[in-house]
Amino acid sequence: MKRVYVNEEWCLACHLCEYNCAFANSGHSDMVLALKGKKLYPRIHVEGDEKISYAVSCRHCLDPLCVKSCIAGALSRKEGIIEVDQNKCVGCLTCVLVCPYGALAPNEDGIMQKCELCLKNSAGEPACVAGCPNKAIVYEEREVI
Amino acid sequence: MGVEYIYPEFEVIRNENRCITCRVCERQCANEVHSYSPELGIMLADETKCVDCQRCVSLCPTHALKIAKSPCTYRENTNWQNDTIKEIYKQANSGGVLLSSMGNPKPFPVYWDKILINASQVTNPPIDPLREPMETRVFLGKKPEKIERDKKGNLVCKLPPQIELSMPVMFSAMSYGSISYNAHWSLARAATELGIAYNTGEGGLHEDFYAYGPNTIVQVASGRFGVHEDYLMAGAAIEIKMGQGAKPGIGGHLPGEKIVGDVSRTRMIPEGTDAISPAPHHDIYSIEDLRQLVYSLKEATEYKKPVIVKIAAVHNVALIASGIARSGADIIAIDGFRGGTGAAPTRIRDNVGIPIELALAAVDQRLRDEGIRNNVSIVAGGSIRSATDVIKAIALGADACYIATAALLALGCHLCRTCQSGKCNWGIATQRPDLTKRLNPDIGSARLVNLMTAWQHEIKEIIGGMGINSIEALKGNRLMLRGVGLTEKELEILGISHAGE
Repeated sequence: MKRVYVNEEWCLACHLCEYNCAFANSGHSDMVLALKGKKLYPRIHVEGDEKISYAVSCRHCLDPLCVKSCIAGALSRKEGIIEVDQNKCVGCLTCVLVCPYGALAPNEDGIMQKCELCLKNSAGEPACVAGCPNKAIVYEEREVI
Repeated sequence: MGVEYIYPEFEVIRNENRCITCRVCERQCANEVHSYSPELGIMLADETKCVDCQRCVSLCPTHALKIAKSPCTYRENTNWQNDTIKEIYKQANSGGVLLSSMGNPKPFPVYWDKILINASQVTNPPIDPLREPMETRVFLGKKPEKIERDKKGNLVCKLPPQIELSMPVMFSAMSYGSISYNAHWSLARAATELGIAYNTGEGGLHEDFYAYGPNTIVQVASGRFGVHEDYLMAGAAIEIKMGQGAKPGIGGHLPGEKIVGDVSRTRMIPEGTDAISPAPHHDIYSIEDLRQLVYSLKEATEYKKPVIVKIAAVHNVALIASGIARSGADIIAIDGFRGGTGAAPTRIRDNVGIPIELALAAVDQRLRDEGIRNNVSIVAGGSIRSATDVIKAIALGADACYIATAALLALGCHLCRTCQSGKCNWGIATQRPDLTKRLNPDIGSARLVNLMTAWQHEIKEIIGGMGINSIEALKGNRLMLRGVGLTEKELEILGISHAGE
């Protein structure tokens, strides 16, 4: 299965991935309409400092702790992709606690949202990857350990 | 302020309706033009620092930015133009020599644009490169003057060392130090993939890049930085740099701030020391001295590597080339006055040297007249901008071309001409780690390969149109060229007829 991977060597901490992510999941066709004057709730986050940085999003683990720990049964693994059913989420943030990558964060209403590889939105494939100016984020098949 | 104030050259125009204050412009500007005002909730710009490198424009996700030339001008004056006045002010402020980067931007004639190419009609059918084989491969080096046979009558095929190129273009010298590790890596990888060569420049060869040796030309310049036996043996050829088109007659100066870490190690000089290349080679004051260096290098490399001598195109270029062709050198590289640089005194860049077109034609003619054209191959450089410039150069007598500015453009350079600041926002002419990482060699090398592949297609298409199916058949074929709007004298030097003749 193709996943989003980050080559931190080439990450410039420009944060464009966060904006492209929020835009792709906004339902708008124009980035200005989607994001102007709004607080950003992206599903990918750039971590690090001036020297080293990298974008963090869901790793789509083979044995996901978030799915196991979800008290409401809102998280599930379907064809390798970890999905959240926002109708079931109770906002307890247990998944945030257990995720070893810090890849999960709630939306503005306190309901969990996460990277679902842009397969359900209009982008069709990961918008963070398409918009990365330095190929620091890639979408490819790799052997998962 | 006051008398010292010079109004900014550029304006940052931000479409507030489109700006989403994502601050990418701020994060990506090493000149610190952009900043975010939390009080106002908008982006601000300090235009005094803008160099028009277009990095922010290229990365703005909502296309909210553009950079425009400032309309604030001094009173119109053909003699005292705005730039002239500003330069006077700058020198009155600083007392220093004006510095510039990249090639001569002044409105001198570009002869390539006054030369037109022939095509076949009716009597000599054109060749379609999609259906018939076309040969763009060239070999650079000394060619035998006559066919030799041994006692049994068999051909003697022993040739002096040659460089084989899949197409008649190479990446010209740019040193590691003046450009970044990732820029060098991109050039090395692309040259290897394409089957052409890149040139180390005078900064030595980083140990990581010895693997690309067969596609590397190693340079020996007046500073002799990073020159040692393994270095000489690593490359496909050795280039002695006598001069550079952008700054003939003067040396180089890479400031100590850029001599850090691996640059220091590769150049074999201490960190923080200025890397000063003297104007002359201190052991070369005549063609005989040059011959000594040529043969020292050949001796050191067991006569396996062709030796290139690179000179700037200056007034007596044909005479100088004649001397070089007799010095034992295998290849002469001529660099025209529009060639680029990482830093040069503005006055020299803009006023010294001659156009490559005239220099190339003069050198080729002189060597032919003297019967020594086969002694050397000729490489022309100094602002070769397109496949047609390459074709015209070859028809004027070049064996191949050097490109550097075009290669840097492919890597992201936007010709802001401020390389000397060391703050290249495209990660090319800088050693700052946060900036050099902006050039991912996966992207850089792929773009260089794209550019050269495109040129190769165009070259095949155009020479096919002339009814020619190999670069060799185009070489020195000045009948394929016609001048437009040129004087008798210019046509005479170029050795071409006027259009209509």
